[in-house]
This record gives sequence, structure tokens and C-alpha cells, in this order.
Amino acid sequence: MTTLTELHIGDSLHSIELAPVTRLDLIKYAGASGDFNPIHTIDEEAKNAGLPGIIAHGMWTMGNLAKLFSNLYEIGFIEEYKIRFKGMVFLNDVITLQADLKEKNGDRYFFNVAATNQSGKEAISGEVIFKTY
Amino acid sequence: MFNDSIGKRSEPVKNIVERGAVKKFALSIGDPHPIFIDEEVGRRSRYGTNIAPPTFPRVFDFGTIEGLNLPNKGLIHGEQIYCYNRPLKVGEEITCYAEVKDYYEKKGKQGEMGFLALKNFGTDAAGEIVFTAQQLVIINESVRRMVMSK
Repeated sequence: MTTLTELHIGDSLHSIELAPVTRLDLIKYAGASGDFNPIHTIDEEAKNAGLPGIIAHGMWTMGNLAKLFSNLYEIGFIEEYKIRFKGMVFLNDVITLQADLKEKNGDRYFFNVAATNQSGKEAISGEVIFKTY
Repeated sequence: MFNDSIGKRSEPVKNIVERGAVKKFALSIGDPHPIFIDEEVGRRSRYGTNIAPPTFPRVFDFGTIEGLNLPNKGLIHGEQIYCYNRPLKVGEEITCYAEVKDYYEKKGKQGEMGFLALKNFGTDAAGEIVFTAQQLVIINESVRRMVMSK
């Protein structure tokens, strides 16, 4: 378990590099979430919408990013999770998940979080407030 | 065009944090952590049961807001904010509803864009708010025209 209390301002949680995005990843997320917008799964629909190809659900990326905190639920929980969707995620993109501690205040830990693609461009970014018990 | 919807709320809908749905969701975001899916780990945890990932409310039915007919295509998800008082527990019943918080239009590079701010609520059996989920949806001009002509 990551020892949150030992983190200093500027330190990061262990970052994660995801396997290249596959169509099956997005089909599974569509089924599990109930978001069947076809621009996420069907090439033709994505092209009709003016996209070069299918794109990941923004919420798929946001869901993935939260796993940086999954080891910590015994000592606290995510009180606030705020995301801006900035760039599209395409098939075969390699996404890296990051969380950097920017501030501590009592039992609250403020993290800057982001998911970036293989070119270093942010797909999503925002903030997590992790509250310890 | 959604100005009349501001302040409108959906009828609350009861949702169960269903074990199978949590497992399927956790797997779909590549996060099969035992705290979400292993019954024994859940039982031994401080929660006494498994919990759901923070973005799980994507699965819930928040009801329909009268007069708010959004197409399922052509919308851009701009922002999403989850606020929790505690994690969602597997097996519990959550009453969900949605409210239109704001609507405004701004001129952008691609013409007049609409910004719709929605807020979802989830309350537990005691009536306490467990979470809220705010989203900002951006609607471009062609979609707005399509909706208006309906």
C-alpha cells in the first residue's frame, strides 16, 4: 500500500502506463456504462461526425485515472474528482496516468491529476481531493 | 434554447449498486481492485462490504427532465465533477435525480455554442446525499438546430 502520509508536496503517486487503447476496451466500457454513443465504437459513425476515427469515451479515461487511488480506500476516499476533457483519445494511443500531490491541509490531500497520450498531450486533467479517515 | 429548463428536476429513480454491475464496470476501466470485486476483502475492509469506483454513477438512471430532449450524438462533454460524502457500497439502494443548473450561449470559433450545466444527485436510504455529479455539456450550433426543429 502506498503510504500517503509519507508523500511530500510535489511527490507523485506511482504512475501507470496503459496498454494501447483497443476497440474492445471501448466496447466493454459502452456495455458496462450504458453509453452507446456510436462515435466510440463504430468507424463509420465517427467519420460521419467529422472524426478521423473512433475516440474513447471521456468517462472511460476518467474512470481509468481514478485507479491511481484504488490502493488507498482503507485510509480514505476520493471526496472530490474534477476533470476537464481536453483532447481526444484514439485507438492505439498509449495513455499515462499521473497524480501529483500539490497541497496537504489537515486530513485532505490535493492532487493534480492527468491522463496524457504518447505525445505528452493531455487528454484529461483536473484535481482529486483525497480525504483520510 | 434550454433557458426554460433551468431549475427543472427529474423524478427520482431508485438504483441498486449491483455487485455484477460494479464488477463489470471496474473491469471495463481496467481497475479490478479487490476492494471493488472480492467479497472477502470487502467484508474485512472498513466499509464491511465492497465499494464502487468513483465514476460508477455513470451507470445510474437519474430519470428524465421534462422538456430536456438531448440527442445522444453531437454533444461534447466538457467537464465532470464528482463530490462524495462517502464511497458507494455494493448492495445499497441509491435514489438518483438530476437538475438543470444553468444554460448559456457563447460565440466560439465554430459559431454559437450552448453550455448546459447539469447536476446529478444520489441519496441513500436515510435520505443523506452520498454524491453529486456535475457535468458541463457543450452543444454546437448544428445540434441545437436539430433539437429545435423537433
